[in-house]
Amino acid sequence: MSAPIDLPKWADTIVVPAVSVVAAFLVAGLVVLSIGENPLTATRWLLQGSLGTGEGLGFTLFYMTDFIFVGLAVAVAYHAGLFNIGGEGQATLAGLGVALVLNNLTFLPGFLLIPLGILGAAAFGAAWAAIPGYLQAKRGSHIVITTIMFNWLASVLIVYLLVNVLREPQSMNPETRAFPEQSYIPFMHDALAVFGIKVPASQLNLTLFLALAACYGVWLLIYRSRLGYAIRVVGSNPTAAVYAGISPARVIVIAMVISGALAGGLAVNELMGYQHRLLLEFTAGYGFVGIAVALMGRAHPVGIILASLLFGILYQGGAELAFEQPAITRDMVVVIGGIIILFAGALDGLFRRLVARMLMRSSMARA
Amino acid sequence: MDLGVLVTIFDSSLRLSIPLLAACLAGLWSERSGVVDIGLEGKMLVAAFAAAAAAYISDSAWVGLLAGIAASVVFALIHGFASISQRGNQIVSGVAINMLAAGLTAIVGNAWYGQGGRTPPLEGAQRFGDAIFGHSALVYFVLLAVPLTWFVLGRTRFGLRLRAVGENPAAVDTAGISVTGLRYAAVAIAGVLCGLAGTYLSVGQSAGFLPNMTAGKGFIALAALIFAKWRAWPALGACFLFGLLDAVAIRLQGISLPGIGEVPVQAIQALPYLMTVILLAGVIGTAIPPRASGVPYVKER
Repeated sequence: MSAPIDLPKWADTIVVPAVSVVAAFLVAGLVVLSIGENPLTATRWLLQGSLGTGEGLGFTLFYMTDFIFVGLAVAVAYHAGLFNIGGEGQATLAGLGVALVLNNLTFLPGFLLIPLGILGAAAFGAAWAAIPGYLQAKRGSHIVITTIMFNWLASVLIVYLLVNVLREPQSMNPETRAFPEQSYIPFMHDALAVFGIKVPASQLNLTLFLALAACYGVWLLIYRSRLGYAIRVVGSNPTAAVYAGISPARVIVIAMVISGALAGGLAVNELMGYQHRLLLEFTAGYGFVGIAVALMGRAHPVGIILASLLFGILYQGGAELAFEQPAITRDMVVVIGGIIILFAGALDGLFRRLVARMLMRSSMARA
Repeated sequence: MDLGVLVTIFDSSLRLSIPLLAACLAGLWSERSGVVDIGLEGKMLVAAFAAAAAAYISDSAWVGLLAGIAASVVFALIHGFASISQRGNQIVSGVAINMLAAGLTAIVGNAWYGQGGRTPPLEGAQRFGDAIFGHSALVYFVLLAVPLTWFVLGRTRFGLRLRAVGENPAAVDTAGISVTGLRYAAVAIAGVLCGLAGTYLSVGQSAGFLPNMTAGKGFIALAALIFAKWRAWPALGACFLFGLLDAVAIRLQGISLPGIGEVPVQAIQALPYLMTVILLAGVIGTAIPPRASGVPYVKER
């Protein structure tokens, strides 16, 4: 049973994740049934709310943008054999970077301020990931534990800063003042209106293109560059990497820096694209969803786009569903995320064996 | 500062450290057997919900305790199935447990009681009262678990085998003892202890369940476990220290100290996490986990 399960590549990359996702939805359907609701009506509301209207689609793509960034962040670290569960903390710090840049350089025009804000997010996210990376590489502290601790440190830090330092004196809410208007990343409906295309208003903004560009960038990096090769070698066999003249310590730190910078994209989309101020808990647990996205997408950018779209549908559709059927709150999405992580991540072997058995049976039937 | 204040602080430190201690010992059992458990938080949360719901229906805190333990053990066995039988990634499984627990408790709570995920408030026999010296029976259960853990792990055959499985499972296997059986036993014990921790939160310390009421305690317990270097008595010390920090943070809120000024609560809250990072970095002492922890055991190799 412990022998490696040999599957054709198409089965490994498409069928196995698909089977585990279908299984996850079956279990989620059971949860819906058990609280006395109809899973089929629920699914209809979910799809209707997320894809059925232009507005809903906009929101779906907005969430998808968030998930692409956090999914890529987990994936890049994963290729280096690292498990970065610090996406929440890194995105939180990235939000701080955005706020510091935008609210201190208010005199700059938008075409300078927007890139600087994005750089601020990337730099702060990268720095918050670099420390656990360094500690793993040089001091041997386990990256999972340190990134968990850094998540909590980030949340404590941001509460302190927003309550005591960055809050506007006359405001009761723990949030910064609004960013300067020229730093807003344009909404998609505004941007398309320039070209005479009318789409319904939603939170969707041009950060979506940044996310897609990041996917392409990560694909180039991982599969087409020398550094990406080094990352994958370190991830699959650090000892071999040393013999190949690659320094695992260096690669680990670099992979974490890239991972943290990507997690910062969440802050760009949420804060520069939509909220236009730094506020508490804007990361909303998306960092953990990123783990599900990366596992489901097999840490490949194309898979991550598809998985992000699925979670975008779940988040937006879930909000509409909660409105129509109040018994099914949005926490359903967290449950589905958890089941997908369990099935596509921890119980991977079970589903691979299942698929292998199915394939064998069909090939025998043909013979 | 007079004696009364010290007694109050000691008392609230003890109260705050109990859930940490139970969860920390749970992690100790699991990780000593070679199964990494970052799902302590999730198991506590389901236990807290199940305990509050059962106590409310049955009018008995003890039934609540049983339900809490049962729910937590079920989640522990899911983690065990994924990481022992299926040899899956234990970290991934732990993350899944935490998310499942957070989502399920909120959904089911909302569907059953319609109060935003809260259970109805518990009163009277539905809660563990302050039985002995102002503390409930649960407090003494958890405190008793410390010497028990120390004795069973350190002084019995079962404990020796369990520790061996966490260090060198192949050797245990060669001796004809089931690695799988021992690890499942450890994971189940962890489930029971997390059940105690969760029940204490919702039926002992507070009067009912609140969504996400564990609020990171499972991760502080994990930090305490590292701090205690996976040993029972030091775990008591570490958890009490973190409980004390929490108690002091509550006490110092809005109070200006002479010479220092007002200490931000967040600075004290950050200390457990910060100290763990520093300890893991090997700046002050070292923390070495059991050698086989996190590694699934493959028999044929």
